[in-house]
Amino acid sequence: MRDRGTEGLCVQDVSFAYRGKPVLEGVSLELHRGEWLALLGPNGAGKSTLLRVMAGLLVPQSGWVVLEHQPLAQYSSWERGQKLAFLLQTGAFPEDLTALETVRLGRTPYLGLLGREGKEDLEAIQWAMKVTQTAALRERLLSRLSGGERQRVLLARALAGRPRYLLLDEPTAHLDLHHQAEFSSLVAGLRAEDIGVLTVLHDPNLARTADRVVFLAGGKLKAVGAPAEVLNEELLRSVYGDWVRVRQLEGEPVVLLGGPR
Amino acid sequence: MALRPNPTQSASSRGGLARPLTRRVLVFAALLGLLLLALVLGVAEGTVKIGALEVIQAVTGAVPNPIITELRLPRVLGAMLVGAVLGLCGAAFQGLFRNPLADPYLMGSAAGAAFGVTVAVALAGGLTAAFSTNAVFERIPVSATLFGFLGAVGAVALTLLLSGGASRTNDLILAGVLVSSVLTSLTTLLLLHDANRVFSVFAYTVGNLAFVGWDGVRSIATYFLLTLPLFFLLGRTLNALSLGEETARSLGLPLGRLKLVIIGAVTLLTASAVAYAGIIGFVGLVAPHALRRILGGDYRYLLPASALGGAVLLAFADLLARVLVAPAELPVGVLTTLLGGPFFLYLMWRGRAR
Repeated sequence: MRDRGTEGLCVQDVSFAYRGKPVLEGVSLELHRGEWLALLGPNGAGKSTLLRVMAGLLVPQSGWVVLEHQPLAQYSSWERGQKLAFLLQTGAFPEDLTALETVRLGRTPYLGLLGREGKEDLEAIQWAMKVTQTAALRERLLSRLSGGERQRVLLARALAGRPRYLLLDEPTAHLDLHHQAEFSSLVAGLRAEDIGVLTVLHDPNLARTADRVVFLAGGKLKAVGAPAEVLNEELLRSVYGDWVRVRQLEGEPVVLLGGPR
Repeated sequence: MALRPNPTQSASSRGGLARPLTRRVLVFAALLGLLLLALVLGVAEGTVKIGALEVIQAVTGAVPNPIITELRLPRVLGAMLVGAVLGLCGAAFQGLFRNPLADPYLMGSAAGAAFGVTVAVALAGGLTAAFSTNAVFERIPVSATLFGFLGAVGAVALTLLLSGGASRTNDLILAGVLVSSVLTSLTTLLLLHDANRVFSVFAYTVGNLAFVGWDGVRSIATYFLLTLPLFFLLGRTLNALSLGEETARSLGLPLGRLKLVIIGAVTLLTASAVAYAGIIGFVGLVAPHALRRILGGDYRYLLPASALGGAVLLAFADLLARVLVAPAELPVGVLTTLLGGPFFLYLMWRGRAR
């Protein structure tokens, strides 16, 4: 039986199958405002599916998603869009829109099909572009931006709706080291804005600065906890194989790849 | 972090919220100017040249002139309406399918209309009979236009049915290709062994604005005015779709219903245009494509601009079709493709160079 959930975005005992093939099995998870949760796991672990379930884009066959004490399914799509924002790694971006035009789309949950932007909308757009340092790119076409710049604009789009929870699917997948670091620090800064951030990540090292790490494998939750607890050699090897080494560097775990033993 | 921007910053950014406003105003003004020019030239030029004074006298009814009021005016207005329909629908489909190569016929409406008209021609025994007697069967007063319209709508309905609704965009495109090919084959089958029918249907499929007439103008204009409010609703939706379908849904948009609205509106409009004017290529592809380069990808401006651009393009193309080899005529659909092809190539090459 579902409970009313704590404050936050709660996944309760969720199972999801795609054409009869189970993708998620009995997953429970909570995302609180002001925390950064990193979701790790191998390919096909169900990370992206879990993200879509949390965003209300997929409805689980069993279990519940509860947003601030109310089942997610009971929200209107506009209300859901106001509270949850979503940034996918599909590579889709509006080639012929400027950065500003793109960010403005983030206000859609408040404006509906026809509403005109008011003062609050303009302030939110400005804030989102400031936080992501994209104000200088405002008149540039998205197709003319570098990958890092574009990703920041798309993040600004997600933030312009002033979401309470932000779900990011591998936001750093195609970025070089510099932009990965930049993006990570940006996400870390969102905690101060009282936004709960969940990022799906491939590289365990990028999860070190998160508040909590959730490890998903084979559709099941393997571990939840502080990065230092979850990023241990035993767990990572059980999933990724014997290539993985975990070393301590300045008190933090660092995940390396060695040859197989 | 500053949540309240300081006043000067906010004022300057408000001015900058739009893409340079003057450019939009200029583009729309230019399109309206060209449209007016096309109207004047279209009525005045032709096998018989008519002076400006006579045109005004005929339009106001002071001195009746059937060449103007019965032939040229409906033809020019028909070209503009058909062009506007194709431009608008092309832009809407390019947004819906997130594909700059989408055209209004993508879901099978052109092949469906051709099939419908072929059936009518087969029943009536000839194109002129099928259109002009306004009766395919002697006792049932329906013209080939209705067959074309029903064929177009039916083809799109079949495409929707085969793809299981509008949720999977790629399936829609594939089903559209399938339906188009099958209907084209059926059309060919109906035309076998009858040279007269082949020519009749061929004359229709290459596009011809001579058939439109006041009937067509009234009919297409009705559909245009009925569906126009829907397109005003769709600008933000199409913009959001350029972020990808799931992201658009996450913004709260009821995409399932909106996509059906887009397909429904485009289908009715295209069917009404194709039923009267035949299959005119490239206008629905080139007009939105060219304007996107100038105006950007904001569909709230791109949709009306594409309608205007399509109207201008087809009105001038039809004028050329009438004037180039006067007193004979070129089929306008052939002309739009001949002119549209190189222009499209130019856009493609220029896009690559940038």
